[in-house]
Amino acid sequence: MLEEILVSARSNPHVDPLVSVWGWEISVYLFMGGLTAGVMFFSALMLLLNKEKEAPFAVNGLALLGPVVLSLGMTTLFLDLEHKLFVWRFYTTFEPTSPMSWGAWILVLFYPVGILQVLSTLRGGYPLIGNLVDDIRPVAALLDLCERYRRPIAWMAIPIAVSLGIYTGILLSAFSARPFWNTGILGPLFLVSGLSTGAALTALIARHQGEKRLFTLIDAWLIVVELLLVALLLINLSTGARPQLEAVAHLMGGDYTIWFWGVFITLGLMVPLLLEWFEVRGMLRKLAVLAPVLVLLGGYVLRVIAVDLGQETTWTDYPSEFNTQLLERLH
Amino acid sequence: MSHYAMVIDTRLCIGCCDCVVACKTENKVPEGLNRDWVVEATRGTYPDLTTEFRSERCNHCSHATCVYNCPTGASHYWNGSNIVLVDPNKCTGCKACIAACPYDARLIMHPGGYIDKCTFCHHRVEKGLDPACVSTCPTRCMYFGLLDDPSSTVSELLRTREHKVLHPETGNEPNVYYLT
Repeated sequence: MLEEILVSARSNPHVDPLVSVWGWEISVYLFMGGLTAGVMFFSALMLLLNKEKEAPFAVNGLALLGPVVLSLGMTTLFLDLEHKLFVWRFYTTFEPTSPMSWGAWILVLFYPVGILQVLSTLRGGYPLIGNLVDDIRPVAALLDLCERYRRPIAWMAIPIAVSLGIYTGILLSAFSARPFWNTGILGPLFLVSGLSTGAALTALIARHQGEKRLFTLIDAWLIVVELLLVALLLINLSTGARPQLEAVAHLMGGDYTIWFWGVFITLGLMVPLLLEWFEVRGMLRKLAVLAPVLVLLGGYVLRVIAVDLGQETTWTDYPSEFNTQLLERLH
Repeated sequence: MSHYAMVIDTRLCIGCCDCVVACKTENKVPEGLNRDWVVEATRGTYPDLTTEFRSERCNHCSHATCVYNCPTGASHYWNGSNIVLVDPNKCTGCKACIAACPYDARLIMHPGGYIDKCTFCHHRVEKGLDPACVSTCPTRCMYFGLLDDPSSTVSELLRTREHKVLHPETGNEPNVYYLT
């Protein structure tokens, strides 16, 4: 038997009794980052494939959501920082060993390209705004210019979207101290999940029936890939060393079982996959809203599980003899 | 590069926690926070029990994952040594270093919003003094010095005594050694 306990007082915030440095702000950001990657990817892809007729919303209207959604996500990311006035420190350096530093610079690359994407499709997607700004000559000239280069802009958008989507997963997987995160599958899983939520959002908003059907089909295939990646993740963790076995036990009968199998896998992947399968075959049309909403929910729950459970998994864990509430009695 | 190490004799340590108090006093560690702590490990089955006291802190790893995961360079090695420090003027409070430490809790959150941690008392080391915890230990079970110097007490102890580090399997190459 080995029993290890703390005999001195220790109640360091965010660390004791379990590491909990990141909360909902990070889950929301990772979700929004993935969603933005999906939005940017499909708006660029549909334009490059000349799908203006089949997917009018994706080609012209979708790009606008990218900067909007990402800005919301970056707001929650900023809320998480404890030393907010020093946020500019991300941009006085580049730390190649830190995925977070890569991410900070990817975000900087995203905005110019994302905004160019919006400008190059503004007239087509939002004619009302297009007409309004066309009266201002320099803006009209700028829109003309962006429209002329809409294909090169879309080509630039693809690698940025993929980097944004995959970095959110690599960010977590680079922590060798957190056994649940420390698997290379997390990058591709977050990327595919992000693309899937992007496709689902497009299917949800698009009015054109053919476009809805196209994105429902794309999303169904992405869900299949995501399920395969989840299977790989489980195989990877459950054939790992002790810390990873302990991590995966949380999903297999442990305290995250219902969230993982019930909410993420069943409600967030299997049920929408089934609904989408029916929908593509022209059945259950009335439930068409449900599948994308569930996919978005599943995408968010995946981030919550990853962020929360990952922090709990650890190499060291001492039960504390020290009652933190006693500290308050000192006053 | 100066390779500093702390060597703690678990056979002499009585778990009095003076090192914890010395650290709090020396470094004015805010109330409720700790840069070091004492663990009591009990092995065996009654009546065959052994007890080991370990004074623990940041391991000032030679492969410090907190340094590699810091997005701004705030977590850094001091003067090319293995002493890991955090520069409050570069720290954004993103907390990646806390998540990156396999020893959980080598880094703590200062009320000012930045990350604070054990510094191996580098302000004392600079003057040729031992860290506060080491110099205050009433059983003299703690040693501090350079591993580069083969004649230093720490080198001598690691050469002659059985020792271990915490979780070497993490690959972080910790530099707080425990004599067993």
